[in-house]
Amino acid sequence: MSNVFIAFQANEDTRPIVEAILADNPEAQAEDQPAMVRVFAPGHMTINRSSIEDLIGRDFDLQELHINLITLSGHVEEDEERLTLSWDA
Amino acid sequence: MQIDLKTVNIEPKRKAFDHLVRRFGDKPASRYQEASYDIQATENLHYRPTWAPEQELYDPTISRIVMADWHALKDPRQYYYNSYVLTRARQQEAAEGAFALVESRGLHLTVPEEMREQILDLLVPLRHAAWGANQNNVLVSGYGFGTPFTQPCLYYGMDCLAVAQYLSRIGLMLGGVDALARGKAQWMDNEEWQPLRRLVEDTLVVRDPFELFIAQDVVIDGLLYPLIYDSIIDGRMAQNGAAPVSMLTQFMTDWGKETRKWAISVVKVAAAESEANAVIIGEWFRTWSERAMAALLPVIAKVMGEDADQLLAGGLDDLKAQLAKAGVSL
Amino acid sequence: MDMQVKQPKLGIKERYSLLTRDLGWEPSYQAKEKIFPYTHYEGIKIHDWDKWEDPFRLTMDAYWKYQAEKERKFYAIIDAHAQNNGHLNITDGRYLTAIKLFLQAISPGEYAAHKGFARIGREFEGVGTQVACQMQSLDEIRHAQTQIHAMSNYNKFYNGFHSFADARDRIWYTSVPRSFFDDAMSGGPFEFITAIGFAFEYVLTNLLFVPFMSGAAYNGDMATVTFGFSAQSDEARHMTLGLECIKFMLEQDPDNLPIVQKWLDKWFWRGMRMLTLVGAMMDYMLPKRVMSWKEAWQVYGVENGGALFNDLARYGVRVPKGWDVANEAAEHVSHQLMLGLYQWCFGTSFHAWIPSEEDMAWLSEKYPDTFDRYYRPRWDHIRKMAEAGTPYQNLGLAQLCNTCQLPAVFTEPGDPTTHCHREVEFEGETYHFCSDGCRDIFLEEPQKYVQSWLPMPQLFAEPNFGDVGKWMEWVGLKPGVDNGDYHGSQDEASFEAWKKHQSATA
Repeated sequence: MSNVFIAFQANEDTRPIVEAILADNPEAQAEDQPAMVRVFAPGHMTINRSSIEDLIGRDFDLQELHINLITLSGHVEEDEERLTLSWDA
Repeated sequence: MQIDLKTVNIEPKRKAFDHLVRRFGDKPASRYQEASYDIQATENLHYRPTWAPEQELYDPTISRIVMADWHALKDPRQYYYNSYVLTRARQQEAAEGAFALVESRGLHLTVPEEMREQILDLLVPLRHAAWGANQNNVLVSGYGFGTPFTQPCLYYGMDCLAVAQYLSRIGLMLGGVDALARGKAQWMDNEEWQPLRRLVEDTLVVRDPFELFIAQDVVIDGLLYPLIYDSIIDGRMAQNGAAPVSMLTQFMTDWGKETRKWAISVVKVAAAESEANAVIIGEWFRTWSERAMAALLPVIAKVMGEDADQLLAGGLDDLKAQLAKAGVSL
Repeated sequence: MDMQVKQPKLGIKERYSLLTRDLGWEPSYQAKEKIFPYTHYEGIKIHDWDKWEDPFRLTMDAYWKYQAEKERKFYAIIDAHAQNNGHLNITDGRYLTAIKLFLQAISPGEYAAHKGFARIGREFEGVGTQVACQMQSLDEIRHAQTQIHAMSNYNKFYNGFHSFADARDRIWYTSVPRSFFDDAMSGGPFEFITAIGFAFEYVLTNLLFVPFMSGAAYNGDMATVTFGFSAQSDEARHMTLGLECIKFMLEQDPDNLPIVQKWLDKWFWRGMRMLTLVGAMMDYMLPKRVMSWKEAWQVYGVENGGALFNDLARYGVRVPKGWDVANEAAEHVSHQLMLGLYQWCFGTSFHAWIPSEEDMAWLSEKYPDTFDRYYRPRWDHIRKMAEAGTPYQNLGLAQLCNTCQLPAVFTEPGDPTTHCHREVEFEGETYHFCSDGCRDIFLEEPQKYVQSWLPMPQLFAEPNFGDVGKWMEWVGLKPGVDNGDYHGSQDEASFEAWKKHQSATA
């Protein structure tokens, strides 16, 4: 199964996002590189709005991800609750 | 005495990039200048477009307007991406506040029903006209020559998308999804909207970037925005119970004024370049303003009745006066 | 009084659809083919434009809001960078070559992408597709401008940045990316989106913006890393647009597959060749390295690209032609190009240098099968010549490939000791190529590629007529200042002196 991934600038805004991804996707792993963090997982990854909100204690709009997003890989599906990345094969 | 230990006082070798020194002299350049001048390729282009082999990839001759230097058409607002986006972000914050206030207090429910219907009939079909304006400005930006002229056209086009989206949200707030469907049906089939739709579709086949700029930004929007948003919404309708709606169209009112100044200043420079340019611009202005007057009349008459003619004539006089002040004789 | 009910909240998909797709209409006063004249001639068949979906669904107000936030952060950092002599925080002055090349060669590509996306943002028939392309056009002008602004402060203190606008249109190596973008823009809207939106953005830009920018951060260049990552955050949207467009074409009609495949073959090869410049930047121009070009190619080319093509196999798409050749070439191309740049660095607006022992140790470690065997001996030889006071300069003009415009410095697939060169006779003229890939691209559309502007013959044409000094003036290159070896350059002297001054006053 191919990996999907998402990378963010490494900063205070993205720490809880990465934490939420790792908590919600047991197969996901984070890889630190200078100034950035890349999270990857085999085949599939879900970013849940509610998990991020639990960690930051305020409302979060998934479109806020754009501010610190660096890159991603996989088909993207987004609605109000979650953003998923996936490869079918 | 060393005040800041980290500051090393070193002499710069030069003040600006060569192309900006050639244009503006040996002095530091502004961010607008850095972002706008000579950043488009101009020579040694590799291939001709397969979609129009008679053209160059960047081709000033696709317009009848001739400029010795298209970079002369600068934007008095000095918008480059950053200053543009920051300005619009502030405006959108204000607009968001207005939408939230009107919705949370139910202010839109205080608009009398008849007035509400009239507003829906007027504003919702206009979102399609705004989409047409988006199309035209994106075309000018894509095919026009020289960043100082073409970048504000992209910003303008994106602003028109925002206007179309604000109008859609007003429709949704006042009348739900059905209001948008009704507005579209009016745009497609109602008699009073057909001249305007025909006009917009006719502009969509114009491929001279400067003619399109004159037709859309100078003439159509130059008439439409002051009439619809200043005279009708903020004037007549706000006085008759539609004040909450005028809070929601504040963006359009402000934007119409801001962009008019830019558009007129561009016309001024292009017309001052040569007699030939001035003649062509005058010709385009006459052709498109006749069309626009005729197209807007039935739309405005629906709201303003017999006053429509006079209102429109006043709008055209205003526009002509602004152009005359800019030295464009029509 | 009418009892008005509060309108129900719409879902994000439905709302976005009403705020974009629903704005368009079926024209009746003008023929659709006159409004959208370019959507048919390439042979792509689209039956229902509404089937195209934008996964990010940004309305214009949300776009302004989030982009403004990115912009505030970016300009705060480059303002601070300018005020505090941030340029002295870089690990070594020679690093600047990488960003000189970036400004001359890559930023103009951002601008070209801005123009191209504005054009297709108008030419495509579906509102959803148009809006996504328009936003990308807006992002691309942002990238061109933020890059110029970030480099502006470097230009005040270092050479090689000052004439980027002249270099863009005239110097030889910038013709590599410009021919790439000119090629894409001169294609129709579907080829353009495949070339830039998919092959370049999805398959290749990660290589440029992710590991290279991380490298910039590692080398203390906060201005560059900031524009790099800030730009790449837009790329995430662009990549998604590119992928959606490919899927959309493939789903709309089975007849589209061979056309799309042909473009994928072409643009993968074009992109891979162009990014050789980035390979040289990563392996040779970063004083401290994060990963080698080969490793980056492995992660972002082989693995990520591979995942993508596996996934697209369900539409019948296969990996692009030349995929295996490219994977093998990742062992070699950065070295081959850097050797070329060194020998022609009298004609570049940036400095080159002979890698140090430490650099070569790193390259040996990263390229255990190739560096010591093929490239170290050549660098050693060049170093001996320099030490003997007769530095190696290739005063013969580089033979440029008629397609990719790189000097033909590459070797045969499977044989890194044999120089690769291909020729085609067409209508009485001979055309030269660096590879089968570039030759095949020519053969598909010879009438297009006979138009290629070749920067080398320009030296002999008007207005230079073979006078190298005149040519340098024409391309904006100050001899002895902008070009040549980094060692002994003004840039080196300034950087070292300022660093010393800084540590003395600190």
